[in-house]
Amino acid sequence: MAQRFSRNANTIARFSLLGALGTVVALGCYGYWIAESPYETRQDVPREQPVPFSHEHHAGELGIDCRYCHTTVETSSFANIPATKVCMNCHSQMWAVAAALEPVRQSYRTGKSIQWTRVHDLPDFVYFDHSIHIHKGIGCSSCHGQVDRMPLTWQAQPLRMQWCLDCHRNPEQYVRPVDRVFDMSYTPPPDQTTLGKRLIKEYHIQSLTSCSTCHR
Amino acid sequence: MPSMNADFVPVEALTHRAGQFTYWRSLDELADPAERRECEPDGEEDLVSKLGEKSRRRFIELMGASLGLAGLTGCTRQPTEFIMPYVDPPENAIPGRPSYYATAVPVDGDAQGVIVETHLGRPTKVEGNPDHPASLGATSVLSQASVLDLYDPDRARAITYLGQPRGWSEFVSALRDSVDPLRAGKGEGLRILTPVVCSPTLGAQLEAVRKALPQAKFHQYSASGTHSARSGAELAFGRHVNTHYRLDRAGVVVALDSDFLACGQVNTRLAHDFAARRRQGNRLDMNRLYSIESALTATGGKADHRLPVRWAELESLARDLAVQIGVPNLTATGTAAHQAWIAALAKDLTGHRGASAVIPGEHQSPTVHALAHAMNAALGNAGTTVVYTDPLEIESVDQIASLRDLVQAMEAGSVKVLLILGGNPAYDTFADVDFASNLTKVNAVFHVSQHPNETSTLCNWHVPERHFFEDWGDAVAFDGTISILQPLIEPLYASQSFVEVLDAVLQFPPRNSREILRAYWMGRHKGADFELWWRKALHDGMVRDSALPEIKPALKVDWPRVPFLQPSGAGLELVFRPDPYLRDGAYANNAWLQELPHPITKVTWDNVVHISPSTAKRLGVENQHVVRMNYKGRTVEGSAWISAGHPDDTVTVHLGYGHTNLGRAANGAGFNAYLLRTSDAPWSGVGLQIENTGRLYQLASTQMQQYIDGRTLVLENTLDGYRQDPDFVSRPVGEPGRNQTLYPAWNYSGYAWGMSIDLTACVNCNACVIACQAENNTPVVGKEQVLSRRAMHWLRIDTYFKGNPENPSVYYQPVPCMQCEDAPCELVCPVQATNHSKDGLNDMVYNRCIGTRYCSNNCPYKVRRFNFLLFQDWVTESIKLQRNPDVSVRSRGVMEKCTYCVQRIREAEIRAQDEDRFIRDGEIQTACMQACPTQAIVFGDINQRANRVAKLKAEKLNYALLAELNVRPRTTYLAELRNPNPLLNQQPAGNGDRQ
Repeated sequence: MAQRFSRNANTIARFSLLGALGTVVALGCYGYWIAESPYETRQDVPREQPVPFSHEHHAGELGIDCRYCHTTVETSSFANIPATKVCMNCHSQMWAVAAALEPVRQSYRTGKSIQWTRVHDLPDFVYFDHSIHIHKGIGCSSCHGQVDRMPLTWQAQPLRMQWCLDCHRNPEQYVRPVDRVFDMSYTPPPDQTTLGKRLIKEYHIQSLTSCSTCHR
Repeated sequence: MPSMNADFVPVEALTHRAGQFTYWRSLDELADPAERRECEPDGEEDLVSKLGEKSRRRFIELMGASLGLAGLTGCTRQPTEFIMPYVDPPENAIPGRPSYYATAVPVDGDAQGVIVETHLGRPTKVEGNPDHPASLGATSVLSQASVLDLYDPDRARAITYLGQPRGWSEFVSALRDSVDPLRAGKGEGLRILTPVVCSPTLGAQLEAVRKALPQAKFHQYSASGTHSARSGAELAFGRHVNTHYRLDRAGVVVALDSDFLACGQVNTRLAHDFAARRRQGNRLDMNRLYSIESALTATGGKADHRLPVRWAELESLARDLAVQIGVPNLTATGTAAHQAWIAALAKDLTGHRGASAVIPGEHQSPTVHALAHAMNAALGNAGTTVVYTDPLEIESVDQIASLRDLVQAMEAGSVKVLLILGGNPAYDTFADVDFASNLTKVNAVFHVSQHPNETSTLCNWHVPERHFFEDWGDAVAFDGTISILQPLIEPLYASQSFVEVLDAVLQFPPRNSREILRAYWMGRHKGADFELWWRKALHDGMVRDSALPEIKPALKVDWPRVPFLQPSGAGLELVFRPDPYLRDGAYANNAWLQELPHPITKVTWDNVVHISPSTAKRLGVENQHVVRMNYKGRTVEGSAWISAGHPDDTVTVHLGYGHTNLGRAANGAGFNAYLLRTSDAPWSGVGLQIENTGRLYQLASTQMQQYIDGRTLVLENTLDGYRQDPDFVSRPVGEPGRNQTLYPAWNYSGYAWGMSIDLTACVNCNACVIACQAENNTPVVGKEQVLSRRAMHWLRIDTYFKGNPENPSVYYQPVPCMQCEDAPCELVCPVQATNHSKDGLNDMVYNRCIGTRYCSNNCPYKVRRFNFLLFQDWVTESIKLQRNPDVSVRSRGVMEKCTYCVQRIREAEIRAQDEDRFIRDGEIQTACMQACPTQAIVFGDINQRANRVAKLKAEKLNYALLAELNVRPRTTYLAELRNPNPLLNQQPAGNGDRQ
């Protein structure tokens, strides 16, 4: 019986196998790339909000302190989003008829909350606490970026576990004096490691990497 | 009768493959230890082999497809979430941190002060109020479970008229239209039925109605009410008094069919005081508990001496005891039974004058109550260990007579308008008092209750009752201490309180409950400082120093004229008891309580027909057979449970089950024992005939689940045995050395969390189990899944028996995760979902878990629980509100276990670090520790020698379960000590023979 396959069928088979393997690897890489891309992490993607609130204007140009609105950041796990009433403290006088602020006035009139889109959204099985990070000298801008330069707010960091652990394993790289925590323009000094090591001692900072530190 | 004296008869000729077999967990196992080996492992069912050939192929297909598609589930993108801030935030509200409010949980008119954790307006967890006398920081099972009642999806949601929704104003006009024609006759024809009324404001409202309509009649009925206590006090003192006990002052406690350590609002305090004289550190002056009882209860299991007798026999034993104590004008019965036992008890009591207490059971006869009063008087206990006050009830009435009167009037047609405030009389009244059918003879019936129940369906109008966490109100504790109840959440549904409905009768428009409450208290607390007083009462959760003053009622009993019970009639004796958890059935729709294993039998989702082993043998009844109970011409079927320690020729049934129309958890669970209960013999009667139908009805008992086979896990001794041999715990243990391990060495330089559980203090009240469930979002699985060994409780209370099955010694052992330092579970996880933490916890990372269950298979303590199915309710909106936001809600295919309430540990660490200090001893309480009335559970940092837990672990009684495995558990136990009377024959001391 004549050979059904020609000799070069072997080569085709080899290349097919190699190709199949390559495709699997490529698909895996592609999947990883997607998972780590802003499409998935939403890093650097400005989020649309019912009111085009500008941190650049309020925190940057006007110099309003973070804690004027985010009052619970030092006392609670959750840094609260300001109540409508806080907005109206100023905006009952300034821009009191601006069309862009109508949702705020509507909320104030009707008593219904403004529905803000969550920008920094950790999964529900992660329990993050703002107050302890503030007290241990982790600045707002370390995680949230230079919010005072954001016309619309976006997520400046990937917020993946790897990123959390990077600091939890090497806190000396990121810690800053507590009086500079709310300083948006803070830049680490050249001898950050020396400073970091000193602050770690001073603030009794632990390198907490147990699972239950964040997962309960 | 040696068998009745057989507290400590050693078991002989019972061998086990691991050698001498001392402890057993079920009668089946005792009869044939090999039986146990037949059982399947926890949670696993061989479902595949149950499928046919064709469906097996289909199964493989589906599994293959599932596997393929499972990968895709990882491709979901995190959904966009929204933040809805307050418009005008309430003062002091900090999102992310809970607020705590003081209030009280009333049960059958008896309140326990609690502090409720709320998250942004959602009550999620009940804790005890440390200042409240009925709590002292601990809670009862019912207080813990009350938060689930609030969110019960089966609650009534709207006022209805013949099933159609109506508004409050429509109801008010309908009620007034019905009552107005009666006003000319000063209310003739109006009847109001309430449960027992202890709330001062409700009492005042009823009094106001009485003034406005003097011919109206009022009735009180609670099925588990204090009928006997009231009649007994009248017999003894000629008046109703409220009795409570100071067991911290009592060296000898006698329970006459009283389950005073079981769950209940006052029992929390009783258990606390009882254990204060018993637990570690207080043993120099250890108390002694005697229990004479008609069924094995949690209290009886704790007793140093227990005597199981028939219900009717107890009266004569109490009488003989009273005679020997020296109660005047009383003659002995002349029976010979148990006389040595009674004599030894009498001698012990007379040696503890003024420092003993005789406690009669709420379901014993009035005569036993009177005898107990007389004995306490003769022993000089009145005023020291036994305290009398005026009754807590606003108006104390004979509830059975009151109910009979109402039903007769209904039958005669003289009831024109009937207002039923709470309760479920169509379900829980007596079989010979036909409430339900006579109810239809009344034209206008208004029913107020939390659930639409068996009674509501027979009423024209039904009004949803507000839950006490949604409402203003007041309540009294066992000693008369008043609590003002404040709402913790806006009412979930359109609901009303009793006082508002009564106000609708009184005036138009009716006031709301807050106005009524404040008006009442303004009248009672006059003075300019009312607002201050009011705010303080709300803040404290009680009005301080408002306990009723002690009274000294004089004994007026004329013993020769007291009718003593003459047990007569053929047939078995039938005893009714309120269920330990569901009480009279009011809590039957609480799924936590339904799934909570009963104290001794560990049966869930059902009540049973308790029969003693020899009676069952005589009647040819086997365990879990359906028996037909014929009693006074009525018949009810129930599943039999052969109970070790149950007296012969008597049968015990619990009330509260067998609902037909209450809610999804209650309906169909158990049988309705009310169908046999008659008003002439509310607690017991003779003439029962048992007929075996031969059918099997499976009961979901957890007793033989999570079973550690062939080991002795409970260590116990007598107090004297311990004094003679203080090292009995440590001596026989061949504990391997620290370095005899292959596990990596951990260095715990910071905190090292540990737990100590004192077996002497544990009274098996199960408050810890429900507290754990509430704190940790543990799901309920249902009866079918409990049968498949899949109950999810993170903490279980194992019960062991020793000795003669007719009257065994009973031992309780709470078992949470041991948090091993060398944890076998951690090494076998292929995905690193369970890991060791820096402070020695075995962390469980739910989001990593892929459900291999290797960890559970490698756990020697069987404490890991697996979500075989989607047990969590992800659908019902109201249930979601109950969840603790600090604990992940686990889904299907995920392993879970006790974490030492790690959310509380981390929260405390953060707060301490915020303030730059260390955590103080006692600052962290796990949910089980906080709920425990006897302080049996102590948690803390074992690295600090001065900490309470470290001191307990240094005690000689300290031991670890399965120490020979060298897994170094962080949870350890203190061996149980009992304090038997040397005059009564006892077992050879100690059981140091660990295997």
